Amino acid sequence: MTEAATALKTTPLHALHVELGARMVPFAGYDMPVQYPLGILKEHQHTREKAGLFDVSHMGQVRLTGADPAAALETLVPGDIKGLAQGRMRYTLFLNEQGGILDDLMVTNAGDHLFLVVNAACKEQDVAHLREKLAGKAEVELLDDLALMALQGPMAAEVMARFVPEAATMKFMSYLSATFKGVPVILTRSGYTGEDGYEISCDKADAEMIARALLAESEVEAIGLGARDSLRLEAGLCLYGHDIDTTTTPVEGALEWTLPKRRRAEGGFPGYDIIHRQLTEGATRRRVGIQPEGRQPAREHTEIRDANGTLIGEITSGGFGPTAGAPVAMGYVDIANSAVGTPLTLVVRGKPLPARVAATPFVPQRYYRG
Amino acid sequence: MTKKFTKDHEWVLVEGDIATVGVSDFAQSQLGDVVFVELPEAGRELEQGKEAAVVESVKAASDVYAPVSGTVIEANQALVDDPSMVNSAAETDGWFFKIQLKDASELDALMDEAAYKAFVEESH
Repeated sequence: MTEAATALKTTPLHALHVELGARMVPFAGYDMPVQYPLGILKEHQHTREKAGLFDVSHMGQVRLTGADPAAALETLVPGDIKGLAQGRMRYTLFLNEQGGILDDLMVTNAGDHLFLVVNAACKEQDVAHLREKLAGKAEVELLDDLALMALQGPMAAEVMARFVPEAATMKFMSYLSATFKGVPVILTRSGYTGEDGYEISCDKADAEMIARALLAESEVEAIGLGARDSLRLEAGLCLYGHDIDTTTTPVEGALEWTLPKRRRAEGGFPGYDIIHRQLTEGATRRRVGIQPEGRQPAREHTEIRDANGTLIGEITSGGFGPTAGAPVAMGYVDIANSAVGTPLTLVVRGKPLPARVAATPFVPQRYYRG
Repeated sequence: MTKKFTKDHEWVLVEGDIATVGVSDFAQSQLGDVVFVELPEAGRELEQGKEAAVVESVKAASDVYAPVSGTVIEANQALVDDPSMVNSAAETDGWFFKIQLKDASELDALMDEAAYKAFVEESH
C-alpha cells in the first residue's frame, strides 16, 4: 500500500470491497470502490435491470435538533423545510451570499429532528457552516458512527421487502425507521440513479451484515462509484463540484424546482437578491443536457461553441451512457443557446464534434410514486 | 513471427514489412469497458512513440501510441463498429491498425512477451 493510500479514510465496508475484488481509488479522502470485477458497464446495466448495492458511507449524515430546526435551516437553504411533513424528505442547497451553491443535500423531517445527508467532500465545511450560522438556534451533530448504503434498481423494492416488509409501500422521498434482521435502520426511498430504491442508514457495526444479506439475494450486485456516476448522469442529476458549485446559482443550474413559491416570495435565504433577480430577469447562462452525435464521449471541461464558433461554455459532466447507448453530457451554455435542440459544437482533442442541447433525463426516471 | 510490446501497453506483430498494432490484454483490463475508438486513416504517417489512436472507456479517454514508425495501410473498421472487441479480443480480432514499417530496427527496443509480462508485474 502506498503512503497516499494509508492516509485515506475507509468505510465500514472496506474489507468487503477488497474481498469482492473491487478496484479501490481515492475519492473525497476515502479509499472507495470504483468498480468490481463485473465492470462499470455491466454494473450500470445490472442496476437498471435488477438491483445494485452501493456503499455511500463516505457521505455526511447530520442530525439537526433544536426548538425549530426547520426554521433555522431555512435561513441557509432555499427549500421549503417548514412545510416538510414528518417522514418526508426533499432535495435542497446550501447557498452563499452570492447565490452560489456550497453543497447539495437531502433533508428529512424525522419528527424530533432533521436528518441531513451531505456530500463527502463537503461534510466538514457543511457542519462548520451549520454550527456557525445556526449557533444558538440548532444543535448540529455529524453522525460519523453511521454507515450509509443505497439499494437501487427496479427489483430493489422486492428485495428490501424480504427484510423490511413495510418498505414496499414507502413513497418516493419518504423515511422509515425500521428493523433489518434485528438491527435498527433508517430507510429513505431515494437515491442517485434515477431508479426506484432506498438509502439505508445504520450503525457502522451492522453495515457489513446488512450488505452481505442484501448481496446474498440473487438480484443484487455490488456497484462501484464508476457506475454510480454514469447512472446519475443519465438520470440528469447534478454532481456537486462539477455540475454545480459556489460559482453557479440554482437558476443557472436549472434547479428552479428547488425554489418553492413561498421562499421565492419571502426570501430569507443567502443570495436571495441575486436569485430573485435571475428568476425575474433571467440568468445569462444555463445548465443543459447535451447529446453528442455519434459514439464519441465528450468529457468534463470540453469546450462548447455555438454555430458561429464562439465559445459559449463547457461540459461539466460527460461520458458514455450505457443505457442510453450513446454519449451523454451536461454543461453550461449561454442562455441564447440553451433551448432543447440547439446545435452545438464540442471541441474534443482539437476536433469539432457536433452535438445538440438535449432534454434530461437521458433515460426515464422510474421512481415509486405509490 | 513474434509479438512485441511497448511500455505504453501496445502490441505489434510484424509479418514481412507490415506491422499490426493493438493494445495489450493488460491494457484493456485497466481501461475497462471500451465504448469508442478513433483510428488513424490509411495513408497517415506515424512516428514511433507519438499519438496514433484514441480509445475511450466508460471511465476515461486514453491515447494509443505508435509502437513503430510507418504509414497506415488499414484501420480495423470492425473495431470502430464494435469497440467492445478491445475488451473481448485485445490481442487478436481487436487490433487497431496496420502499418507499413519504415525502420524494422525500431522493433529492437521493444519487449518480447516474457519481458512485457515481467514489466507489467513489476510496475503494477
